[in-house]
Amino acid sequence: MGIVLSTVEQGLIYAILALGVYITYKILDFPDLSVDSTFPLGAAVTATMITNGMHPLLTLPASMLAGALAGAVTGIIHVKCRVRDLLSGIIVMTGLYSLNLRVAQDKANLPIFGTDTLFKNGLTAALPDAVADYAPVLILLALVVLCKLCMDWFLRTRAGYLLRAVGDNPTVVTALAKDGGMVKIQGLAIANALVALSGCVMCQYQRFFEISMGTGAIVIGLASVIIGTNLFKNLSFLRATSAVVIGSILYKACVAIALSSGLLPKPQDMKFVTAVLFLLILALGEVRRKKVKAHA
Amino acid sequence: MLELRNVTKIYQAGTINETCLFQDFNLAVPDGQFVSVVGSNGSGKTSMLNIICGSIEIERGQVLVGGKDITRMSEFRRHRTVGRVYQNPALGTCPSMTLLENMSLADTKGRPFNLRRGTDRRRIAFYREQLSRLNLGLEDKLHVKVGSLSGGQRQAAALLMSTMTPIDFLILDEHTAALDPKTAERIMELTDQIVREKKLTTIMVTHNLRYAVEYGDRVLMMHQGKTVFDRAGEEKRGVTTETLLGLFNEISIECGN
Repeated sequence: MGIVLSTVEQGLIYAILALGVYITYKILDFPDLSVDSTFPLGAAVTATMITNGMHPLLTLPASMLAGALAGAVTGIIHVKCRVRDLLSGIIVMTGLYSLNLRVAQDKANLPIFGTDTLFKNGLTAALPDAVADYAPVLILLALVVLCKLCMDWFLRTRAGYLLRAVGDNPTVVTALAKDGGMVKIQGLAIANALVALSGCVMCQYQRFFEISMGTGAIVIGLASVIIGTNLFKNLSFLRATSAVVIGSILYKACVAIALSSGLLPKPQDMKFVTAVLFLLILALGEVRRKKVKAHA
Repeated sequence: MLELRNVTKIYQAGTINETCLFQDFNLAVPDGQFVSVVGSNGSGKTSMLNIICGSIEIERGQVLVGGKDITRMSEFRRHRTVGRVYQNPALGTCPSMTLLENMSLADTKGRPFNLRRGTDRRRIAFYREQLSRLNLGLEDKLHVKVGSLSGGQRQAAALLMSTMTPIDFLILDEHTAALDPKTAERIMELTDQIVREKKLTTIMVTHNLRYAVEYGDRVLMMHQGKTVFDRAGEEKRGVTTETLLGLFNEISIECGN
């Protein structure tokens, strides 16, 4: 039971990240590697704020803001300096590694034990024991549903339509007398705000910031998006955002099964298994390439 | 008045393949005129449209609208007053969005793309009515993704979208070339109707000589970056497809074809 619960909890945390990756990868058609650094950025901001005695709830908007800024930088590098999308992400990822250490008070590992977090505070302590076990998963569920609903709403606003249009056919955006580059920058900002929020929640969940916690975050995000959108593409009643959330939980379940089944000779092989799993998902799911697009 | 003044356009400048397409090219289109442009491949028709729209930069010269120099204005800003339909039906619409979403996008042009609802439900009846004018059955496909419509249907939708909000200029780049004869005819009639209704200054590039003769109140023939034939108003009415075809042949012989 414990392992199921923790799998779902982790799946929900990464679901927020996956929603961000959905924006860049599926909507903007932009493989955004900066995710690997904006995830720990959110965590670093959170750990530093909490160790400085700030309220855990404040860390949520703060890390989103930090993530949005970093995402915007990726976008500006791509749009204004005309750097390829993959490389813009790599530049931000590399630069943020150092900045993340700075934000985390020059520590590669910053624990937040013994302080209040989203999951351990006066409110959750007052809960009866029977419910207390489920408090994290319920808090996470509420947060993820909130993110998902916000995104569903946003994608149906005028700004959301424009965001979808820019990934779909930039010519239309130009025809609408709008600067497609600006729209891309905004999209990357929103996406990385979500990614950093995911990092913020992860930090409070595991009670520490760790500089390498973002390594492979983009792979987790992409895998969740691809599993979700491909598995449920024929279920029209299920929105893509819901599919992505479920995809994230499924992905975490796959990893948990791989780990517990003894398939892994050593825990160090984890990243290798992740890579193989990701390759399988890509090869099986993305055989049909929907459109050929020149990456600027 | 839309003007190109002494426009010089060089492709691959500074390389061994440098080709000068336009050398001091001039064109003036008075407000409300419907110009048909014909010419062989590589004669500079599409480049001219790209220069007007700001899709490509020019080496020298000016682009003026109503006397105002817009040579340095970015492509997207110019589109505030410009609607453009491309030869490729895929370029005018968003394939993974529904027809209703596409129409709503077009309807929002010129207004802020803010956090208000993307589709105004009160406008749906209007979109339906507009689509039903096309006689392509599109009024019943509002909730279909545009990517699954046929080329003709997409092109018709693109034409409606580009002219939905008030614009001054309509730029048509062989917009019927990828369509079957019947659909092409329908789109052409509709184009004419819209141009007259909205009094748009229109430049239409076409390979269909009959369209060039039948529609519009001025016909231009271009060859190697120059205007070799230009008739407007009364004079234009006397132009037949034979005239144009004869001219085409003359040019081809000069080129040694």
